[in-house]
Amino acid sequence: MAVLVYAEHNNHQLKSETHKLVNAATKMGDTVHVLVAGANCAGVAAQASEIAGVAAVLVADNAVYEHQLAENTAELVHSLAGDYSHIIAAATTTGKNFMPRVAALLDVVQLSDVIAVESADTFVRPIYAGNAIATVQSSDPVKVITVRASAFDAAATGNSAPVSIVDAVFENKMSAFVREEVTKSDRPELTAANIIISGGRGMQDGEHFAMLERIADKLGAAVGASRAAVDAGFVPNDMQVGQTGKIVAPQLYIAVGISGAIQHLAGMKDSKVIVAINKDPEAAIFQVADYGLVADLFEALPEIEAGL
Amino acid sequence: MKILVPVKRVIDYNVKVRVKSDQSDVDLTNAKMSMNPFCEIAVEEAVRLKEKGVATEIIAVTVGPKACQEQIRNAMALGADRGIHVECESFPESLQVAKLLAKLVELEQPGLVIIGKQAIDSDNNQTGQMLAALTGMPQGTFASEVVVEGEHALVTREVDGGLQTLKLTLPAVVSTDLRLNEPRYAKLPDIMKAKRKPLDVKTADELGVDLTPRVTTLKVTPPPTREAGIKVNSVEELLSKLRDEAKVI
Ligand SMILES: Cc1cc2nc3c(=O)[nH]c(=O)nc-3n(C[C@H](O)[C@H](O)[C@H](O)COP(=O)(O)OP(=O)(O)OC[C@H]3O[C@@H](n4cnc5c(N)ncnc54)[C@H](O)[C@@H]3O)c2cc1C
Ligand SMILES: Nc1ncnc2c1ncn2[C@@H]1O[C@H](COP(=O)(O)O)[C@@H](O)[C@H]1O
Repeated sequence: MAVLVYAEHNNHQLKSETHKLVNAATKMGDTVHVLVAGANCAGVAAQASEIAGVAAVLVADNAVYEHQLAENTAELVHSLAGDYSHIIAAATTTGKNFMPRVAALLDVVQLSDVIAVESADTFVRPIYAGNAIATVQSSDPVKVITVRASAFDAAATGNSAPVSIVDAVFENKMSAFVREEVTKSDRPELTAANIIISGGRGMQDGEHFAMLERIADKLGAAVGASRAAVDAGFVPNDMQVGQTGKIVAPQLYIAVGISGAIQHLAGMKDSKVIVAINKDPEAAIFQVADYGLVADLFEALPEIEAGL
Repeated sequence: MKILVPVKRVIDYNVKVRVKSDQSDVDLTNAKMSMNPFCEIAVEEAVRLKEKGVATEIIAVTVGPKACQEQIRNAMALGADRGIHVECESFPESLQVAKLLAKLVELEQPGLVIIGKQAIDSDNNQTGQMLAALTGMPQGTFASEVVVEGEHALVTREVDGGLQTLKLTLPAVVSTDLRLNEPRYAKLPDIMKAKRKPLDVKTADELGVDLTPRVTTLKVTPPPTREAGIKVNSVEELLSKLRDEAKVI
C-alpha cells in the first residue's frame, strides 16, 4: 500500500509539516511518495527527497501550480490517485482548501485533522473543538486525509529519494490569482515555533503587541493572538490560534490577556507547558495553565522582559 | 442572481459538550442548539448582497432532522426569502450533504453559494469545497471579503501566510471566515414574518442521493485532561519555574 504525501511549501522552502506528514504516512502504508506541486520548486523537491522514509518524490513544476489554486491542484492529485491507498496533506489552509475537492472527485469522504493513526483504515480526530475525540473507520477504497501536523513528530532527514517529473498540467479558467498580502516576520512560524507568546483582548491595542514581540525576540518565540485580538484589528488574521485558526503544540505557550474560551483552548491545549497571565483569577485559561500568574499584564510583561 | 445559503443546526458554540459514558457519541440531550456561527455569517453576507442590489433572492437550505427547520426559520428572520429542508433522520456525512446541495444547485441555478467554512460540531471544513468540485464551480474558501462585479467575484481569503485575493467566474462557491462580517440579530417582527415565508421539504430519495455512510465511529472519548497547575506569586518565581522546573527557557 502506497501513501501519497502532498508537500507543504512556498515554492522555495519545504515546510516542517511535510516531515511530520511523512512520519504519519509511514503508519498508514509501507511506501511513501511525496508530491511537490508548485512553480520553480525544484529546490523544494530536493529538500523532500532528503526526508527519511520517502521512496520517491514526484514534482509537478508549472506556472499553473504557483499559487496552488484548489481547482488545479485537486485535478492534479486526482489524476495521480489511482496508485495510492492513502492521500494525505497537512491541515493547513492549503490542505483544507483543495483536499475536500480531491475527495469529492474520488467519491470518498475526507477525514479532517487526523491526530493519530490506529491502522490503515482507522484514525483518530478531534471533534467539537477538541472537547471529544473520535476514533473512526473508513470503508472508502482510498483514504483522503488532512493531518494535524503538530500531533506527529518529524521524520528524520538523510535520505536521497529519486525525484521524477509529473508533466500533467491542469489549468482552470474559472479562478485566477489576483494578489496576496503576505505577513512578513523574522520570527519563527506559529506552527513551527518551540515557544509561542500570544496576546488577547487584554492587550488593548496593536501597539502593545510590541511588548510581546520584544519578549518573543529574546526567547526565539513566535507571536500569536486570540480571535478577539484579531477581530479588534490589533494584529493580522494569520496570528489567530484556535479551533478555527492555527492549531499549535509548542514546548511553551504563554497566554497573555486571554480569557481561555473553548475555541482558543482548542488551538493550544496540547502545548507541553502553558503559562497564563491574566488579572482575573477566575479566568478559564488558568484551568489549563501549568503556571498561572494573576497580574496586570502591563506590569508583568516589562518585568519578564527585564528578567530574561 | 439567486444566492443559496446552506445552514447547519449545531450545538451552541457556548456549550461545552460532554461525551456519553458508553463512548458511543457526545451527549446532546437538552443541549442548546443554534445555527452554526459560520452559517450566520453566510446568511448575513447574502443579505448584504441583496441589500446592495446584487442578489435578488436568498434561499436557505438545511439537511437533517425535523428540528433543523428552526434554523431555516432563523435564516428567514435574518433575511432569507425562502427555505428548503432536506429531511433525513440524522445528519449525513459531508460528501452526502455536498451531493444533496449539488442537486439543489442544479434545480435552483444560483449565481453564488455562500457556505460556512466549518461546522463547529464535526469540525470538517469540507462541504463547500466538495460542492464546488461536484458542480464544477470555482471556490473561494475562508473568505474575509467578497466583492461581486458583474460576472465575477473577488474573494479575499484568510490563509496561513496572510491574505490572498482570487477572481472567480460566477457561479461560484464562497466559504465564510470569521472576519467576513458581523451578523445582525433578528428583530421580533422579522421573526414573525419568517413564519409565513415558504419552506419546501424534500427527501434524499427525491433528490436521488444515497445516504449510506462511509465512516463508522468506533468510539468517542473525552480529551486527555491536563493536570491542574499552580499559581505563581511573581514574575521572578514564574521565570525560575520555567528555567529550573519545566526547563523550557
Ligand atoms: C465560531 C467561532 C470560532 C471561534 N474561533 C476562535 C479561535 O480560533 N481562536 C480564538 O481565540 N477564539 C475563537 N473564538 C472566539 C472565542 O469564543 C472568544 O471570544 C475569544 O477567544 C476571546 O478572546 P480573548 O480571550 O482575547 O478576549 P476576552 O474573552 O475578552 O478576554 C480578555 C482577557 O484579558 C484579561 N485582561 C484584560 N486586561 C488585562 C490586563 N491589563 N492584564 C491582564 N489581563 C487582562 C481579562 O481578564 C480577560 O480574561 C471563536 C468563536 C466562535 C463563535
Ligand atoms: N447538514 C447540513 N445542512 C446544511 N448545511 C450544512 C450541513 N452540513 C454542512 N453544511 C454546510 O457546510 C458548512 C461546512 O460544514 P463542514 O464541512 O461539515 O465543516 C457548514 O457551515 C454549512 O454551511
